[in-house]
Amino acid sequence: MFETLDYSILQHYWYAINALLGALLVFLLFVQGGQTLIYTVAKSELEKKMLINTLGRKWEFTFTTLVTFGGAFFASFPLFYSTSFGGAYWVWMIILFAFIVQAVSYQYRSKPNNFLGQKTYELFLIFNGVIATVFLGTAVATFFTGSGFHIDDMNRTFWDSPFRGLELALDFTRYATFINLSLGLAVFFLSRVLANLYFLNTIDHLEINQRAHKSLFNNAIPFLVFFLFFLVNILLIDGFAVNPDTKEVFMEPNKYLHNLLQMPIVLILFLLGVVMVLMGILRAYFVPKKCSSKGIWISGIGTVFTVFGLLLIAGYNNTAYYPSYSDLQSSITIFNSSSSKYTLVAMSYVSLMVPFVLAYIVYAWRAVNNKKIDAAEMNEESHTY
Amino acid sequence: MENFDLTLIDWSRAQFALTALYHWLFVPLTLGITFILAIMETIYYKTGDPEWKKITKFWMTLFGINFAIGVATGIILEFEFGTNWSNYSWFVGDIFGAPLAIEGIMAFFMESTFIAIMFFGWNKVSKGFHLTATWLTAIGSNLSALWILVANGWMQNPVGMQFNPDTARNEMVDFFEVLFNPAAVNKFLHTIFSSYILAAIFVVGISAWFLLKKKEILFAKRSIVVAAIFGLIFSVMTIFTGDESAREISKSQPMKFASMEGLYHGTTNAPLVAFGILKDAPTIENPEKKDFAFKVEIPGMLSYMANLKFDSFVPGIYDLVHGNVDQGIISYSEKINRGLVARNTLSEYKLALKGNDAVLIDSLRSNFENKEWMEGYFNYFGYSYFSNPHDIIPNVPITFYSFHIMVILGGYFMALFIIVLFFVMKDTLAGKRWLLWIALWTMPLGYLASESGWIIAEMGRQPWVIQDLMPTMTAVSNIDSNSVIITFWLFFAVFTALLIAEIKIMLKQIKIGPNEGGH
Ligand code: HDD
Ligand code: HEM
Ligand code: HEM
Repeated sequence: MFETLDYSILQHYWYAINALLGALLVFLLFVQGGQTLIYTVAKSELEKKMLINTLGRKWEFTFTTLVTFGGAFFASFPLFYSTSFGGAYWVWMIILFAFIVQAVSYQYRSKPNNFLGQKTYELFLIFNGVIATVFLGTAVATFFTGSGFHIDDMNRTFWDSPFRGLELALDFTRYATFINLSLGLAVFFLSRVLANLYFLNTIDHLEINQRAHKSLFNNAIPFLVFFLFFLVNILLIDGFAVNPDTKEVFMEPNKYLHNLLQMPIVLILFLLGVVMVLMGILRAYFVPKKCSSKGIWISGIGTVFTVFGLLLIAGYNNTAYYPSYSDLQSSITIFNSSSSKYTLVAMSYVSLMVPFVLAYIVYAWRAVNNKKIDAAEMNEESHTY
Repeated sequence: MENFDLTLIDWSRAQFALTALYHWLFVPLTLGITFILAIMETIYYKTGDPEWKKITKFWMTLFGINFAIGVATGIILEFEFGTNWSNYSWFVGDIFGAPLAIEGIMAFFMESTFIAIMFFGWNKVSKGFHLTATWLTAIGSNLSALWILVANGWMQNPVGMQFNPDTARNEMVDFFEVLFNPAAVNKFLHTIFSSYILAAIFVVGISAWFLLKKKEILFAKRSIVVAAIFGLIFSVMTIFTGDESAREISKSQPMKFASMEGLYHGTTNAPLVAFGILKDAPTIENPEKKDFAFKVEIPGMLSYMANLKFDSFVPGIYDLVHGNVDQGIISYSEKINRGLVARNTLSEYKLALKGNDAVLIDSLRSNFENKEWMEGYFNYFGYSYFSNPHDIIPNVPITFYSFHIMVILGGYFMALFIIVLFFVMKDTLAGKRWLLWIALWTMPLGYLASESGWIIAEMGRQPWVIQDLMPTMTAVSNIDSNSVIITFWLFFAVFTALLIAEIKIMLKQIKIGPNEGGH
């Protein structure tokens, strides 16, 4: 069935799948956000244990989504994979180190004789929480603001800056850096918002719930500020447009605004997403008795819609999704970076498995979360972190 | 293009080797122990005997400790293709990326979802569902091995693809050829079966310690029975699949095959060196030197391994480099020349495209569509990057010793399982302290054999990253070598610290023993 589709449709399909994985990843970063809250939302050792355990049952999903996101991009858009990872070397290395130390921390933190000490593993979790959210958010912003690289005719990448991507977050002589960082920080605060909603959903403990409730508000405000700053900016800046006939890349004023308006479905999705994020937060905050445990789902699904929409306006409608500001024609589009048609078709068959995967994840999630975590469980259960 | 930064290449290789070898310290145990757990839990499910639940939970705890660090070291490998081998990633993403993506979608999610139920579900889901989750965790982890090994097998024996001169890369034309690549099938079976041995050695070794300490006797005996039977079965399977792998290599990677045996001069009736010490090894410049200080040979066996015929010809390193007219082997210099023809044709084609010269474009293009030309010239594309044929030889001593260590240990493990089972049947194992000590000290040897396997597979194919098509030196990302040196040492420090933590935690959990279970 996929064989009959146009090459371009397949390229759009695969871009959408990657965007969806990216969107799910941002939602699942609530695990990372939660890790940065273990010293503020919890006060006692037992409370901290409860937070870490409720997060610890989900961290694998975030991790695996990241891995799959990488694999899917590699298979469907290899030129993006080689350019971004090989180019922004230090950014990705730092992100990876943050995930390496996370992976062991849940299992090792509370085990006797763990060599580095409990505190170190907790710091690893916090390090992961901050770096993963801020850096991944900043990296996504470069889909709109661009990076400095060029690609030669053998498709080898040459990165302009010796800082290998770090300049995109640290070079304050460029205005784009502020846009990049604003998304990084928005993702950071959003992940903490979602984490609080997740705590309210899964933990049965009065003090934790009270503190999560307060922390929800404290993080929602900066989230909104940074997100609005980012949004207003990208709607105003010149975007990297592609001429559909010549495939030439050029700067178009208000390109991303145009994309939103020219793709009404994406616009609706995006607005719906933003509204849902806000609704989840507001209702959990103002009507806590009734709504606090649903917040994670409403805001979570809203997050998926919002990020999905954002990524689509970065790549659809003849836009270069991984642009180079120093050599426009090296910019990466879904047309010049994809795998061959054959591979996309083969991979599309594989993508039919995704609904099944989602189904058993939902099933397993409910099986493990069917009862809220409480203090008693922490003492009875033989397997705790 | 010919100016390669050797420092960069060497450090990138060192970093990949370091991270891969670390990842491989944890993976084989995961692959095998998950099945051992599933078997144990099945017995619990059938008998309802709480002792079996205790046994399952104990090994599950050790598995969890190992799994966490396996995941930590795995993520970096996946992204390293992009960060450190970006030229490679772009060149083959079309083919190589697909198995990696499927691995994520199909295997990693399965593993990580059901592992949560396995660890946290004891009191939350039914016994039957829990057992299913345990089996699915085992299947999921082995599926992840399948896909990554399909990818690796393709690099050893690239199939199912076609070169597209317009994009200047190889593109997949037959997914099933990639999946059922004989190199991949052998590799997958050999790798998982050998990993089951390692896991069996692990369980037997630790249980032996309990017997030595005279603690938890019932627990230890039962664990040993399950693991030793499991280990024995897969020792046999490992030898079979290893033998298949060797035959496959003799076809697709004859240079690796010759190096594994330290065979410089090809012969018919080639003997297999069962045990040997290379001394004053001949070099390609001086192949006439005495090669072994000492060796024990099985006559004709190598020929038999390669072709299932004792009197068949097995080419040596010398034949492969200099060619052998009688056997129809082309020399490396000739391959270099042919590779250059292919590469020049590609450059001319690119120029013609720029010049918009339709006639020239068509005539050059037709080469890439001509099967004979592709086989006669393009198949040697990678050789064009070398000027000295002697650079196309792997490190012979390393390949030779790794191979022999692995094979000798394979035979030894099988013998050990047989002896252990013999005393288990006579119910005198607990009294055979010498044997228990041996079982305990065999644990590191399991890891040694397993790592050696990868050293043969990967070092033995150098200097190729994709056999005959892409040399390792052209695969590397354009990064300054200092960045790679820094990340190398960072990985070294972080992984080593985590490894120490892992071992210390494991030892402590073993000391605590199964009774208090968990944490
Ligand atoms: C999917 C592919 C793949 C897989 C499963 C592995 N490797 Fe590999 N390996 C490569 C793909 C690769 C590579 C990317 O192709 C490298 C990098 C440079 C090279 O020559 O090959 C490599 C290099 C490489 C080297 C350096 C070789 C040299 O110095 O010349 C070693 C020692 C290993 N690997 C060892 C391993 C081990 C122990 C593995 C087990 C987990 C392993 N590799 C799995
Ligand atoms: C260079 C090649 C490899 C890459 C890129 C790679 C990648 C990864 C990644 C990303 C993970 C973490 C997955 C998660 O999110 O849970 C992982 C874990 C794992 N990998 Fe690898 N891997 C490689 C080699 C291998 C090989 C050769 C095997 C088996 C034959 C293997 C088997 C496993 C298994 C069983 C796990 C589960 C966790 C554990 O190790 O205990 N991997 N790998
Ligand atoms: C006793 C007979 C054995 C034979 C004849 C044998 C043969 C081989 C051969 C020829 C290879 C190279 C495959 C390649 O380069 O693609 C290989 C690889 C390997 N071996 Fe063995 N082996 C044996 C035992 C073992 C044992 C006991 C272990 C570990 C416990 C082991 C673990 C491995 C591993 C992990 C690899 C790398 C994966 C692969 O390339 O297939 N082998 N073996």
